[in-house]
Amino acid sequence: MKHVAKWALNTAAQRGASYADVRVVVQRSRALTTKNGKVGSASDAESVGMSVRVIADGAWGFAASAEFGRSAVEATATEAVAIARASAQVKREDIRLAPEKPAVAEWSTPYKIDPFAVSVEQNIELLLKIDAELRSVAGITLAEENLNFNREEQWFVSSEGADIHQTKLSTGAGYAAYAFAGNEIQKRSYPNSFGGQWQNKGYELIEELKLLENARRIAEEAVALHKADQCPEGTFDIILDSSQLGLQIHESVGHPIELDRVLGMEANFAGTSFLTLDKLRHLRYGSDLVNVVADARQEHGPGLGTFAFDDEGVAAQCTPIITNGLFTGYLSSRETAHTIGADRSGGTLRAEGWNRLPMIRMTNISILPGEKPLSMEQLIASTDQAILMQTNRSWSIDDKRYNFQFGCEIGWEIKGGKRVRMLKNPSYSGITTEFWNSLDAICSRDEWTLWGTPNCGKGQPQQVMGTGHGAAPARFRGIKVGSAFKT
Amino acid sequence: MLDKGQAGDIFDRIRKLASADEVEVLFSGGKFALTRFANNTIHQNVAEENHVVSVRTVFGGRTARATTNKFDEESLKQVVRASENLAKVQHPDPDLLPMPNSEEASGKVGESARSTQVHSTSAPFTPAPSRHFAQTAAITPEIRAEGVCAMVGVADRHKLTTAGVFSSAESFEGIFNSRGLSRWHTQTAAEISITMMAPDSSGWQKANSPDVAKLDPLQLAETAAKKAVDSAHPREIAAGKYTVILEPAAVLDIVGFMFWDYSGMAILDQRSFLTGRIGKKLFGENITIHDDVAHPLQTGAPFDGEGMRRQKVALVENGIVKQVVYARATAERMKRSEFKDSVGPIAATGHGFPLPNEMGEMPLNIVFAPVGNPQTLAEMIASTEHGVLVTRLWYIREVEPFEKILTGMTRDGTFLVENGRVVGGMRNFRFNESLIHMLSNVETMSLPVRSSGEESFDMVAPAMKVREFNFTQVTKF
Repeated sequence: MKHVAKWALNTAAQRGASYADVRVVVQRSRALTTKNGKVGSASDAESVGMSVRVIADGAWGFAASAEFGRSAVEATATEAVAIARASAQVKREDIRLAPEKPAVAEWSTPYKIDPFAVSVEQNIELLLKIDAELRSVAGITLAEENLNFNREEQWFVSSEGADIHQTKLSTGAGYAAYAFAGNEIQKRSYPNSFGGQWQNKGYELIEELKLLENARRIAEEAVALHKADQCPEGTFDIILDSSQLGLQIHESVGHPIELDRVLGMEANFAGTSFLTLDKLRHLRYGSDLVNVVADARQEHGPGLGTFAFDDEGVAAQCTPIITNGLFTGYLSSRETAHTIGADRSGGTLRAEGWNRLPMIRMTNISILPGEKPLSMEQLIASTDQAILMQTNRSWSIDDKRYNFQFGCEIGWEIKGGKRVRMLKNPSYSGITTEFWNSLDAICSRDEWTLWGTPNCGKGQPQQVMGTGHGAAPARFRGIKVGSAFKT
Repeated sequence: MLDKGQAGDIFDRIRKLASADEVEVLFSGGKFALTRFANNTIHQNVAEENHVVSVRTVFGGRTARATTNKFDEESLKQVVRASENLAKVQHPDPDLLPMPNSEEASGKVGESARSTQVHSTSAPFTPAPSRHFAQTAAITPEIRAEGVCAMVGVADRHKLTTAGVFSSAESFEGIFNSRGLSRWHTQTAAEISITMMAPDSSGWQKANSPDVAKLDPLQLAETAAKKAVDSAHPREIAAGKYTVILEPAAVLDIVGFMFWDYSGMAILDQRSFLTGRIGKKLFGENITIHDDVAHPLQTGAPFDGEGMRRQKVALVENGIVKQVVYARATAERMKRSEFKDSVGPIAATGHGFPLPNEMGEMPLNIVFAPVGNPQTLAEMIASTEHGVLVTRLWYIREVEPFEKILTGMTRDGTFLVENGRVVGGMRNFRFNESLIHMLSNVETMSLPVRSSGEESFDMVAPAMKVREFNFTQVTKF
């Protein structure tokens, strides 16, 4: 593949590009779903192509093609330069890239079992067993299960001398049980909603998730929700399970710290951010217990935001985002680093595939667990009155990332340190910084899970990206609950 | 770009490579380019070309699909092998139908006992107009840059900051199967979306069309700029129930969340809010909705994922839910189901997704019928004593699936209307509103227009004036 990159780099240079990088990408995916005792879909897909990103006349150009013949590659590079010159027609200042020592490296996701080597029969058998277990519970009207495997191999070569070959592997699995009765549809999901749990791992993830072992409980909860009381409306202390807290981090920390949003580059679609540049190292984002990092390194764990190099050749890093409650860092790129006085990119530029422009994306945006030992049961036991909410059902936040509202699949009233009753349709809402400042307890490492969000949308044309979010259950004081159902 | 003849040759090669009982091949792809601007400068500018071939094979009731974007002989062999290997290990699906032939797919009477017949009361076939325009296909980066330059000029003149996109595309989709069916569709598309920003306010506009001549960058920029200027220094007003005037983009973004439920499969799965409600009056008398791919303001291919002709379907008439749409196999299942007597007409309507899939079908060419006494936006404002004018909605999600309660935010131009005129900008609201309630409380509508938002697919939709729209919170801007 390197010869393809070389043709493109040479052409870009001949056409006058002052900088160029080439990504050649081979993506392979397998998606298997079952529903109510039958296979829903079974599909394999591959996509292979290359892209050329250039700076010419001080502006960006990008072109992508699935053709690998020399003339086609040279035409793609030529087109990228022509596009850059068109960009320069509407330009205020030249692009500035933070310096980066060109890396020459090989890396691949560590894994134990290649998921593509596991037979389709075995996978379908597992899904159908889960399906049967879910539907063995009276009252379940719909059961859905999924397994997903992805492999992406990329060669990144730049005009500065970078030469990086990287292979990422990810696995995802989950299921949902629905119960329709009367005028109500209730749902429970495992291990998380909207596709389950995803990590940069091999098939060993499937074995770790204990999917079948949890199916009956999940189905029984979906049915039981019909008889549960409606979650009350008012101001309450709440406890969020780690998967819901992971999504809370994604929406109310991960997106607002994207420096391209802050700088207005996403204003037309995804929006901007309340985290204007003056707030860096001045804003009290959360309570003293809130410590959040953006960590793409393997040592953080097998998150969907784990890699060795980003898609402009910058090595994976750990950036402190919130430190003892103080806002301390953004997600940055080579183009944007100078705007926060940084002399190097934070290494967060990623693209959905060969035909998409890399952009600032969350890596693994994780809240660190509490340092003092605290299990979920101990947290509940130490809580006089609160509502515990588990597993996301709906999520929404404004375009500056202030006002949010989340719904969860199931709630539990906590009284006197015990779960006393199940609650249906729990929801909560608030303002980002007020919410994080109300955190007064977070569980310790044993309760911490690195969740995967496989479906984060951003950009025009929109790109879908996987992000990681480590979280442990946490308690928040005085939160607005139930206004989603206020009529 | 791949043409139908070339695709037919590739299909013939694939068919020879396959050992399956039946073979279906989908083709899609084309050229796409997008110029993106922010802070009054072009900051991203991309172009791509990609062609995809997707092979579905069938062995005795077992089916699966494999997809690639490589067209050399070895890659085609591999994709056929991948599809067949996946299909062979499936469990036989008793609901899987033989692939449709051309006669069945075109809407004529099915020839086999298992083939579905088209709905006998469906509207007469109206061919969709051409959606390919040479002027759109010929758009260059320079032409897009000139358009952006003009829009930035408007921002500069109003001392505003602007961000947005100007995109262009030429695409194809086609389907061939081993029973002789072949369908091909090409179209072009151009789109402009623009946000204008002042220090504490913003305005937005978006439009698209297969024909770039129908887009007016300057008018879109001026309208967005006026909204930004007029909504400056937004006042905070308490949340509550308000009369709202929703511009078409806001209407489509919220109502789009219900069309996944207008599906036979959704009824069979008991995940549709229409379960037990078909044939009943669910919305106001003034709500009539069709799915109509042939409508002159619609876009897209006139056939579905199996090659079946998309038919015009009356989804809602005068507030009564009339029927849902069906893929072929879903229609057959519905006819045997416990719901068969309570769902209205049951027949394949040409709205299926490519097989195999778990979602079945959905209507994607939504057209609201005009009302007898349409009002312009200005007339709606003039007749409003106290209300809110909403340009755009954002981050809409379903809170409760059966009453169809949705939440979301207003964005980029939210105005207070008092005594028949717009008096200024407001801080943005969060809403929690039932779609059933909303469509039962529409006082007046404008004429439907081609509209585009960001939360749902494009539609032909009107602006609506709605009573008692439920805002539950106010945000900080």
